Amino acid sequence: MKKAILVLAALLAVSAAYAQVTVEFWHAMTGKNGEMVQAICDKFNASQKDFKVVPVYKGSYSDTMNAGIAAFRAGQPPAIIQVYEVGTATMMAAKNAIKPVYQLMAEHGKNWNPKIYIPTITSYYSTSDGRMLSMPFNSSTAVMYYNKDAFRKAGLDPEKPPVTWPEFFQVAEKLKASGMEGGFSTNWISWIQLENFSAWHNLPFGTKSNGFDGLDTQLVYNNPIVIRHLQNIYDLSKKGVFIYGGRENKANPLFTSGRVGMHFESIGGYGNMKANCKFEFGVARLPYYPDVPGAPQNTIIGGASLWVFNGKSAAEYNAVAEFFSFISQPEIQAYWHQNTGYLPITQAAYELTKAQGFYKDNPGPEIAIKQLLNKAPTPNSMGIRFGNFNIIREIEDQVWEDILAGKISVKDGVNKMVTEGNKTLREFEKLYK
Amino acid sequence: MSSKQYEFKSPILPYLLVLPQMVIVFIFFFWPAAQAILQSFYLQDPFGGRMIFVGFQNYAKLFADPDYWQSFSVSAAFAVCITVSAMSIALFLAVQANKKIRMETFYKTMLIWPYAVSTLVSGVIWLFMFNPNVGVIAYVLKHRFGVDWQYLLHFDQAFILLTLAASWKQLAYNFVFFLAGLQSVPETLVEAAAIDGAGSATRFWKIIFPMLSPTTFYLLVMNLVYGFFETFPIVHAITQGAPGKSTGILVYKVWRDGVINLDLGGSAAQSVILMVLVIVLTVFQFRFLERRVTY
Repeated sequence: MKKAILVLAALLAVSAAYAQVTVEFWHAMTGKNGEMVQAICDKFNASQKDFKVVPVYKGSYSDTMNAGIAAFRAGQPPAIIQVYEVGTATMMAAKNAIKPVYQLMAEHGKNWNPKIYIPTITSYYSTSDGRMLSMPFNSSTAVMYYNKDAFRKAGLDPEKPPVTWPEFFQVAEKLKASGMEGGFSTNWISWIQLENFSAWHNLPFGTKSNGFDGLDTQLVYNNPIVIRHLQNIYDLSKKGVFIYGGRENKANPLFTSGRVGMHFESIGGYGNMKANCKFEFGVARLPYYPDVPGAPQNTIIGGASLWVFNGKSAAEYNAVAEFFSFISQPEIQAYWHQNTGYLPITQAAYELTKAQGFYKDNPGPEIAIKQLLNKAPTPNSMGIRFGNFNIIREIEDQVWEDILAGKISVKDGVNKMVTEGNKTLREFEKLYK
Repeated sequence: MSSKQYEFKSPILPYLLVLPQMVIVFIFFFWPAAQAILQSFYLQDPFGGRMIFVGFQNYAKLFADPDYWQSFSVSAAFAVCITVSAMSIALFLAVQANKKIRMETFYKTMLIWPYAVSTLVSGVIWLFMFNPNVGVIAYVLKHRFGVDWQYLLHFDQAFILLTLAASWKQLAYNFVFFLAGLQSVPETLVEAAAIDGAGSATRFWKIIFPMLSPTTFYLLVMNLVYGFFETFPIVHAITQGAPGKSTGILVYKVWRDGVINLDLGGSAAQSVILMVLVIVLTVFQFRFLERRVTY
């Protein structure tokens, strides 16, 4: 016991001598990704002596956000907090609680150049005139995974995954006919089949540039193309070609256990697929409808970004700015990208990864990056910025289940998603006006 | 007055003695309850930056929402189904285990065991058996028996599964109490009835069951409370309110709206309604049902 006290005293003396500034970084990363967060912070702490970033795991994304909110209300927020993309508008609107990253970097950063970041990623977390509010951290996008062994068995070319939706549906029927339980499944009906689908076809998801230009945004995705798309999936569900596997990423086992031959999931799930698929699988771009002008456009991201809390000391902000510059370096970004499957946030990190030959053995992540960079983003494909976004996605999940159960028609269902979603948008607007 | 009441000499001492308990009750019950009531009248930004007084609007919105009423009726149906199945099966098992049989202790131990499992874990166990994507029993149901097992889309399947999981967990608790109750029924009464020519069914319904009524009443209260308020982890693990929002019972909805969706005012209004519900339920049970119980 005495020894422990002595050691503690010595440690305190040492840290006092250095006057090192310590800041906390609350995050929601588990498993391999959690280890990588720790590894990056360790690298940062070893790279210099003035600052120390301490990563603290706070549970799921919503747990972490709630912990941040509670800590802010109690006057003890961490300096950095990881917030998922659906929390973006809530964080943005809490003007008293956050310090925008562009402001932080202007005041405390050294030689910070916002141009190094990939615009399709930073735009998601920027104001409509391009000022970064939070630092993108773990970004992913939606892609199609397909079972190459199953393709061979069904007499299809495993190197030629379907490119358009009509082709895709035909292939799905063939896969089922070849003896699989079903043709395809999808995760995240909201994020993949509605939000990314709309961006990929350059269709507005909401007015006001999908919410970037104001809180008075309205959902407008109840157009004939979206309705046709969901109708196609619904019709195939009746034939058993589409199998519903649940909300969020719950449908993964349908693909990894070989019950369906094609599946939609985030590129962030690439590592998981590699670990769990006992067959050869491929990654392909999302299909598109060739009759829609402008398709394919570019897909949008999901994942989370790092927000900085307001009311910290200048020394703490210096630490955060230094950390943000550090994690933006190509080597660190490439390390993070190659170990987690999340996308690199700078062009330089992508080039570096390419030069290192990483994509030869891992073509999946590059397909995701190319899909994201396919075209310069339009107001329909910069991202989505809605208040109460979680509730909107929940409504979409719920109505989609009612559609599949035959309780409501596809057209009425999509209209219901939009009307109900708009109600919650109006509530958010009322609160922040 | 020959009461057994003890007279305190100092008038302050009794208050001092109950003070620690009152402090706990105040901090953990009254204070949060008061906060909930207060918050239910506001529309509020999660960071506490803005609070807009909206009067009864949060309540009005709930009562005007057909989904809230649906959640209400599902919760009630759920609580009743759990209570009926968990209590009747537990009573049956307790009666069987109370007979003089071989390996009596073994059966008793096995039947009490599930009580040691936390509610969330029991939800996960049932999830792993019945989930259409990964469940073993789901696979057998689908491939051996041709059942269209997909509780993610069929409400009736989801409801049955939740009821089974929640009842299984509560069974052990009921079993312990019924068994204890049965053991305190005097042998002599039952034997006397047998000598008078009462069959085993008559002996059970005319003597044993009425003698069990305090236990039954206690369990009725506990099971309804369990069904209404403590089944959150099971719903959270198995259906998360799906299909649609059909299994989003009241306690699940409160959590979801407050913690995930950050609608603090709406969530607070729901908890106030739940609070009133518990009070009404308890008063009703003690006022009307307890009269019919013979102690």
